[in-house]
Amino acid sequence: MNEDDVVAKPLRHPWRWISGVLVVGVLALFIFSLYSSPSVDHDIIVKYLFNAQILNGAWLTVVITVVSMLIATILAVILAVMKLSPNPLLKLVASAFIGFFRGTPLLLQIVFWGYLGIIYPTLTFGIPFTDIVFIHGQTSALIPSLAAGIIALALNEAAYSAEIVRAGILSVDGGQMEAASSLGMRGGYTLRRIILPQAMRVIIPPMGNEFISMLKNTALLEVVAVLELYTQATMISAQNLAQVELLVVAGFWYLVMTTILSIPQRQLEKKYGRGFNVTTARSRMFGFGKKEVSA
Amino acid sequence: MSGLMVDARSVRKSFGSNEVLKGITLSVEQGQVLVLLGPSGSGKSTFLRCINHLETINGGRIYVDGDLMGYRQVGDVLHEMKPAAIAAQRRHIGMVFQRFNLFPHLTALENVIEAPIGVNKENAKDAKQRGMKLLERVGLGDKFDHYPSQLSGGQQQRVAIARALAMEPKLMLFDEPTSALDPELVGEVLNVMRDLAKEGMTMIVVTHEMGFAREVADTVVFMDQGLVVEAGSPAEVLDNPQHERTKAFINSVL
Repeated sequence: MNEDDVVAKPLRHPWRWISGVLVVGVLALFIFSLYSSPSVDHDIIVKYLFNAQILNGAWLTVVITVVSMLIATILAVILAVMKLSPNPLLKLVASAFIGFFRGTPLLLQIVFWGYLGIIYPTLTFGIPFTDIVFIHGQTSALIPSLAAGIIALALNEAAYSAEIVRAGILSVDGGQMEAASSLGMRGGYTLRRIILPQAMRVIIPPMGNEFISMLKNTALLEVVAVLELYTQATMISAQNLAQVELLVVAGFWYLVMTTILSIPQRQLEKKYGRGFNVTTARSRMFGFGKKEVSA
Repeated sequence: MSGLMVDARSVRKSFGSNEVLKGITLSVEQGQVLVLLGPSGSGKSTFLRCINHLETINGGRIYVDGDLMGYRQVGDVLHEMKPAAIAAQRRHIGMVFQRFNLFPHLTALENVIEAPIGVNKENAKDAKQRGMKLLERVGLGDKFDHYPSQLSGGQQQRVAIARALAMEPKLMLFDEPTSALDPELVGEVLNVMRDLAKEGMTMIVVTHEMGFAREVADTVVFMDQGLVVEAGSPAEVLDNPQHERTKAFINSVL
């Protein structure tokens, strides 16, 4: 031990304690008010929490979310690359797509896809002006409400995610593209191996947000009678008239799902953060700087 | 085997209305080192980037090892090359950048073997062995698994040189390779370049390192305002410059 070792009393943080007590107090009051309310029947909540219909609905919600998000992400990368391409036609098409799907309410788009059969009673997939037909049939049979719902959610989400992906691509230093070119790499290869892996650092946090939004937006599919969680809950409450109780049940499962689905985000951030030193002055300022380069 | 590795004829390049290269003619023989000197804005970096077609040119022709860069000439008509053909031409030309431009998400070794495996379809095991040898050759035998952010500037630039060498180029272009380095790190990079020149690599180097130019260059070219002002051996251009502009520049640098 040296004479001049720094032995200082740590800085006190009284406000952390005071605000902590306040937060816990407010939360306790809220829970108590719910619990003590005479219009909420706790037995019904408990009864339906693990009801088969509710659980099936929750599972379908997860499936719709994951499938829609997968399609949306692939489309988003294509749209982002189109928007950054020097080809004016590709740029225009991408901008128009994004403008259209961002510019109209999601609910409207869901209803549109759900009612596609009214506008086009039959659908034919083939080569125009020839007799070659791959698929032909009733629209409602070819695109059931579940597929219509997924299409609506995926296309809408693609428009939002495209801008996130584009921002990610733009965040990568231009010198990376030059270095890749000088090594004889071609555009697609450079995008896949050099640009996107770096862009992921910027893309993942907002995409995590989008994922959570998507999960909650699946509730809108109630209007086209897709049997996801919210639809199931309203169907039950239409019969037993316990609306508030079933909203609590549905809300509980939405919270469980969003919490669980947030976990992979941290893994992804770690994976794509490799090679980037996260100890910056800014992260240290807010007290969550890591010391090691994550590998 | 000897011959012209780089043959640039009256190369012109404009950015909008600003003509930065006004007719550059110079050539580099196989195995020779050419150092490009000049004040900033003289067009030397732009010229270097024109050689591997990172910049398109507006006039003149550039041949590398006999191949016209970026275009196909059929009779009197020039055709733009497809991106794939341009990429194929660049494979034989290594480039080292002022700001290293290493791939930050890959380790030193991964940086070196990415193009041999992905572009040349070399088998991963061979590429890895060759990559390790190259890193050892630039003095980084103990840094295979380090990410660029864990390396000093001089070490990063040496990885960048190894990365370019991994494609077994017949020509190396250096764009101010030591300008972004702390003074004490310049030497280690210049040493690697000096060794490379001794082994017979054809090199074009844009630099302000007069000592390196004097010692390593076969030819020194002084450029100013998009034109070649003076070219010759280091002794001629550096010790006995004929033009006022060359004299002024060399006095200002020394």
